[in-house]
Amino acid sequence: MKRLVTHSARLGAAIAVALAFGAPASAADDVITLGSAISITGKYSQEGKNASDGYNFAVKRINEMGGVKVGGKTYKLEVKYYDDESTPARTAQLLERLINQDGIKFVLGPYGSGPTKAAAPVTEKYKIPMVEAEGASRSLFTQGYRYMFAALSTSDQYLSPVIDLAAELAQKSGKKPADLKIGMAFENDPFSLDVRDGVVEEAKKHNMKIVVDDKMPRDLSDISATLTKIKALKPDIIVFSGHTKGATTATRQMKEMDVNAPVVAMTHCESAKLTTQFGAASEGILCPTQWAETLKYKDGVFGTAMDYNKAFLAAHPEYKIVPYQVAQASAVIEIWADAFRRAGSLDTEKLRDALAKTEMETFYGHIKFSEVGNNIAKPMVLRQIQGGNYVVVAPTKYASEPVVYPRKAPQ
Amino acid sequence: MTRRSLALHLAILAAGIAAPFLFPAHAVQFAVFWVFVLFSLTWDTMGGQMGYNSLGNITFFGLGMYICAIVQIGLVYNVGEYTAATGAIKVDFTDQQYFAGLALGLVLAGVGAVIVAAILSWILFGLRGPYFAIGTLGVAIAAAELTSAWGWVGGGSGIAMPVFPGGPGMRERFFYAACMVAAMLCYLFLRWLYGTRFSLAINAIRDDEDKAEALGLHTARYKMVAWSVSAFFLGIAGALFGNMTGFIEPLETAYPTLTFGIFMVAMTLLGGKGTLWGPVVGATLFYTLREVTWTYLLGWQYIALGVLIIVNVVYFQQGIMGWLKTRKPHWFGVRVEGKPAASAGTDSRA
Amino acid sequence: MWENLQILGTAPVFNVQLLLNGLTIGAVFALAAYGLALVWGVTSVKNLAQGDFVMMGGYLGYELSRHGVHPIVAIVPVAAIMFGYGWLIYRLIIRRVIQLDLFTSLLATFGLAITMQQAMNLAFGPDVRTVKSGFGRFELFGGMVDITQIRVIAFGLCIALAVAMILFLRKSRMGQAIRATAQDPRAARVLGVNTDRVYAMTFSINAAICGAAGVIIAMIWVLQPFYGIAYSVRAFVIVTAAGLGNFTAVIVTALGLGVIEQYSGFVLGAQFQQATVVGLLLAILIWRQIQLRRHRQALQ
Repeated sequence: MKRLVTHSARLGAAIAVALAFGAPASAADDVITLGSAISITGKYSQEGKNASDGYNFAVKRINEMGGVKVGGKTYKLEVKYYDDESTPARTAQLLERLINQDGIKFVLGPYGSGPTKAAAPVTEKYKIPMVEAEGASRSLFTQGYRYMFAALSTSDQYLSPVIDLAAELAQKSGKKPADLKIGMAFENDPFSLDVRDGVVEEAKKHNMKIVVDDKMPRDLSDISATLTKIKALKPDIIVFSGHTKGATTATRQMKEMDVNAPVVAMTHCESAKLTTQFGAASEGILCPTQWAETLKYKDGVFGTAMDYNKAFLAAHPEYKIVPYQVAQASAVIEIWADAFRRAGSLDTEKLRDALAKTEMETFYGHIKFSEVGNNIAKPMVLRQIQGGNYVVVAPTKYASEPVVYPRKAPQ
Repeated sequence: MTRRSLALHLAILAAGIAAPFLFPAHAVQFAVFWVFVLFSLTWDTMGGQMGYNSLGNITFFGLGMYICAIVQIGLVYNVGEYTAATGAIKVDFTDQQYFAGLALGLVLAGVGAVIVAAILSWILFGLRGPYFAIGTLGVAIAAAELTSAWGWVGGGSGIAMPVFPGGPGMRERFFYAACMVAAMLCYLFLRWLYGTRFSLAINAIRDDEDKAEALGLHTARYKMVAWSVSAFFLGIAGALFGNMTGFIEPLETAYPTLTFGIFMVAMTLLGGKGTLWGPVVGATLFYTLREVTWTYLLGWQYIALGVLIIVNVVYFQQGIMGWLKTRKPHWFGVRVEGKPAASAGTDSRA
Repeated sequence: MWENLQILGTAPVFNVQLLLNGLTIGAVFALAAYGLALVWGVTSVKNLAQGDFVMMGGYLGYELSRHGVHPIVAIVPVAAIMFGYGWLIYRLIIRRVIQLDLFTSLLATFGLAITMQQAMNLAFGPDVRTVKSGFGRFELFGGMVDITQIRVIAFGLCIALAVAMILFLRKSRMGQAIRATAQDPRAARVLGVNTDRVYAMTFSINAAICGAAGVIIAMIWVLQPFYGIAYSVRAFVIVTAAGLGNFTAVIVTALGLGVIEQYSGFVLGAQFQQATVVGLLLAILIWRQIQLRRHRQALQ
């Protein structure tokens, strides 16, 4: 018995030592290692792949262009990944590991508001800067975090432009916005519920009535009961947010049950591949996006948004369109590279200050961080599926085409 | 306790105390290890000693987590407002408030779990065997779903836990110590319990419940007490885990039926159920294996886990302790003359 | 909640919609539950991997449809492949846990479930997938109620499969052997029935049924490596409620569960749909327990 325990204790110690010392140093030689705990498996594994593909693509491009110049030295970039299984508890644990055991000093955000909410206190506690672009929840930015910087627009901005647009269109056709009814369903997770808050607030502003307000549980692939309610109550605006799975299920079942409204909007259309999967059934759906390849942004690493789009699709033939989750991940790497350059050092405090002063244009959009870390220089954009393509329709100054209203039920 | 046994216990205690100082970067990981030990010890009380295989013990883990969170927050703020803001209001807990909240929260987590265990006992203990297992699994899933739908505790958005006051190093060590103490207390308590008549009673229930009842044993009472014991420790473990993680939500953190819930069972079976050391050995091995596969077999870790469970269950039911007892009975204080004993030693202590 | 009930009251046509949706999905649950009951009744093994068998069948159907085979036609080869897979799993795993205690079999199949989920995730990725059936839609009551044609076809297929199973068990020799083994394995062995073969057949037939159900799911719902658990849970609820012996009861219960789910989603909200299913399971278990207690008291 004693022998067994001594043996196992020795074994355990050996493994622990190996884990502690076997990890690469963070900023030694000519490599800067960035760390990330991301959803390689679990319910967000697809979006996690989008994000890691975006990180890797940008790292590769920057390395090809010669790497990052910090002070007098040039460094190549590299990313160390752990799988957080789409679980916030795991994200926090793995970040502790990245920072404590692997010596990572520069963190890339995980995928999703839940995991990011778990990650932020960790990086804040260890004073390790984190640049993220996949956690959009508004609540991330009310804690006064100084070490977290988010390149994306916050979640409450996702679908509220739809409500505004619907009010505008209603007025143009002689209806009162307050007469409009909303039918909506959201997945029961931090991000989707934040999106819902944005919608509820906007609806209140216009005095619209919400007639269907369902929360989809996370493991459900069927919203037919909700759709039956929508059929019965005939709202003027239908809004869904349930990540990729929600968009797929909603589009499919809406077609099957012949459910429609003048304005239909949902999040995650691109990552759900609505146009390729459902063709005509997806026509007319409004999709908020953090980024569109038709927008006129450009930078020195990728060129214009369209250039990035072409290059990424060429490098990744398994994608037919580039979801914004990919683009914003690449932007994160660009922000880090820019901060390294400006700080001229690998010291985390100097880098944090450099990040806070970021003011740059990327192919993804303008980046400028507020005091609490969110990006105040880039608006959300609304696209509509027209003729199998995503076309920017709002805000008007970025629109390529006018919005098609009301949406006709696909046959 | 024999001299050798005492030496063993002290050695483990020393290792446990030294670990976070020797490997400070691993403190959180090691804390999870102690939680795993607690998981398997408490599961064994039900499954190994009493023969009631519960797939839903994780219910108490999540319950403890939430009760503690509510107490910690509720002492200072309005819980409904706090969760509704989903972290959008700036909160500040003084050191005093934090520790007072944590202490009270731990106590209430344990007590609350016991109360729920008592209620569930009344509902579920009429079921036998696999029906009991499925019933408990159902309870765990229901707990997760209902918590998700309950806005006052944050629903699907979860709860951001109060931040631990004190520097980074302190926090890890504090929670490591807390988890270690919880696991050790659980072990010591169970060790004492298994030496009393209570353990004889629950073993009788395991061996043949109807006969035990016929002999006049109030099986219902014993079952309830056994489950309450498990629930108490699980509730405390949940409260600690929630604070350690910093952000809790129902489906994956509080009531992870398909991960922690099943790990409990797998670990105990691996180590050998029905023994005191079996769960500990099983937890140690399982935990080490998990950390190794998660790092080096990324993408395949669950396949490895699934195969491990299958192999363990199909080819190796007696677990490590069981196997050791047949191979080396003298380690367990059983003297073998001539032929080895047909069944392993009666002394369940190592 | 009350407004939702009001809708059902003032516009009863929506009851028809809920009923139709519930029945068509219930039919698929029936297949999964049926196979589960079969295996449980004959071998006492509770297959926690049932839903994952369904998913695997679905993915096989998806693969075949990508190579030009229409999904409905694909049901036959998929069932055959799954039959072989079931045989393999029986030989490797199930055979050894049959003699052991019941919880062990539960855990073994659970390990199998985890392995299969991950394997499918690695093979097919975490995307949600569907298969186009190419059929249209029936519209009733002036467009108020819609039901896709494929759902109606699926319903028919499920019923046909169930009837085929019942006939097989009643008329064929193997079916008789299965029933005999279910009643009393030792007596069956004494009478010359190769019980090992019977167990293997039963498990493989179950896998085949699940495979067929999976292909149907691919057409009317969605496939995802981790969604199998939903079917496993529902199958267990149905079998627990309907009991093991009566297969018609299983089918009726399954259809009922489908409808109840739809109603609870409509009236209470979709977030309670899963909780309703689990709540039903607990309610049934408790009711069973009360029944048994009365039974025991009667004996005393």
